[in-house]
Amino acid sequence: MDGKDFISRMGALLSLLGGALFTAFLLGAVTLYFYSFPGQLSQVDHGNTPSEGTTASTKENVEVAQIEGGIHQPTGFIVDQGYKVVIANCTGCHSSQLVIQNRASREGWKNMITWMQATQNLWDLGDQEEQILNYLAKHYAPVDQGRRKPLANIEWYELK
Amino acid sequence: MANRRTFIKKGLLAAYSSALGMNIVFGHTMPVDYKPVLLGQKPASPPSGKHPGMVVLNDRPWNVEAQAHLLDDKITPADKMFIRNNGQVPRNMDVSSWELLVDGESVLQPKKYSLADLRSRFQPYTYQLTLECGGNGRGEFNPPAKGNQWTVGAVSCAEWTGVRLRDLLNDVGIAKDALYIGYYGKDEHLSGDKDKVVISRGVPIEKAMMPETLLAYSMNGGDIPLVHGHPLRMVAGGWPASASGKWIHRLSVRNIVHDGPKMGGDSYRVPCEPVAPGTPAKNMCIIESMPVKSLVTYPKSGAILPHGKTLGIRGHAWAGEYEVSSMHYSIDFGATWHPCHLEKPNNRLAWQHWQAQVDLPQRGYYEVWARATDSHRRQQPMVVPGWNPKGYLNNACHRIAVKSV
Repeated sequence: MDGKDFISRMGALLSLLGGALFTAFLLGAVTLYFYSFPGQLSQVDHGNTPSEGTTASTKENVEVAQIEGGIHQPTGFIVDQGYKVVIANCTGCHSSQLVIQNRASREGWKNMITWMQATQNLWDLGDQEEQILNYLAKHYAPVDQGRRKPLANIEWYELK
Repeated sequence: MANRRTFIKKGLLAAYSSALGMNIVFGHTMPVDYKPVLLGQKPASPPSGKHPGMVVLNDRPWNVEAQAHLLDDKITPADKMFIRNNGQVPRNMDVSSWELLVDGESVLQPKKYSLADLRSRFQPYTYQLTLECGGNGRGEFNPPAKGNQWTVGAVSCAEWTGVRLRDLLNDVGIAKDALYIGYYGKDEHLSGDKDKVVISRGVPIEKAMMPETLLAYSMNGGDIPLVHGHPLRMVAGGWPASASGKWIHRLSVRNIVHDGPKMGGDSYRVPCEPVAPGTPAKNMCIIESMPVKSLVTYPKSGAILPHGKTLGIRGHAWAGEYEVSSMHYSIDFGATWHPCHLEKPNNRLAWQHWQAQVDLPQRGYYEVWARATDSHRRQQPMVVPGWNPKGYLNNACHRIAVKSV
């Protein structure tokens, strides 16, 4: 079930219900939806304080288990200040893989954001844009690879 | 309804913010269909129907490439065909009521066709057609170009069957000022915005009128797989594969260069005048024919063989709108080149098969480099060719690593 199905299904159901019931049901369903995917919740952000009500220790254990070698396993992002802002704003429309496989300067990342805002319905990022650019420019910066890199990751095998 | 949507959005937003442990600033401008990834995303394996060796660059939208050794078949089977999607694969399609509308400024009158019309009223034609993503090889550009970082596997040559686009256009009747054909597909925009067209490109009327330019309803003798454009796809072999639109429900015959999404800006364009790496370009020109290129599809890179044994190598070569006239390999980093046996194409715009027998003079590490030359005597460069902002048209020689022990 994706977000769209969810909305439309919710919309259909909710039209049958009154205002108060509607509110209760919505919040209940949303909560249920989240808790049915406990392994997908991510709460730990180095340098960011989780907001109140989301820091139960059992949940934190689940979340720590999602980080291996400094990588947030569900997305592949490097865990550092700002990675959750990136998840929140970028991965609704496209896969995290599209970010991770790219390399750009701060200006290059800014250009991509501007392009997505102009053509792809990306919203105004407000002061989170600064955090996003800091994170991306730090961890996904270009590496000078010359005009042709040596062959890498060769898996040797005996040719039969 | 607007209020209810707003209300639903606020509820979701609060839940997202709570689960993320942070506020989504400007979340109120977030589309109602938007769902951050915390609700589920895992490193992707290839989508169903694909060979397990296919490499997923992106799973939303699907962008999946082959590796050179997976492309050894003379005709690419569906499971080894790369996927380059700009949006989501259409859902809930009703093929039985599928209609193709042909309209635009330069039709005498708009006309509709059912799939049955296309199959019964027009002579079918079958061609092997090379489709290569304009950004194949992007990963080698320096400074890097944004987008999916394709290596070498965004190319295929399948056997496509369908209606000649020119037969269809002649049946509709087109005006003398017809300049360009633009396609519209049923793919869905990533943002969930149903009014947004994902990609709408096309080809000049001259290319549309070529005998091999098809509106295909069949691939390799069966239905076109859904992810590759079922039930109807344009196939303009030799051009950036983005010109070969999928899930086609409308073709517009334009009296201007088609102006759909991804026709303008830097999309599928390169600087009209070459620029230094990393510098902006003033004028960008639409890519038409893809450049000459080749792959070593056998053996897989990394082969170790005993000293004295001859190494058989083979692969394919293609040259966009043109033909490959010769094929060479080198085992000394281009100091000397040796001819390969090259077959003629099955039909125009089909890739051509080549092979050679290689003797490795002494024990050690070698790279086998392959280089095709087209009918205009243009060769593949050994280094990455002219830098361009979006990293298109990298036709640098393919190479594999080999050891003699």
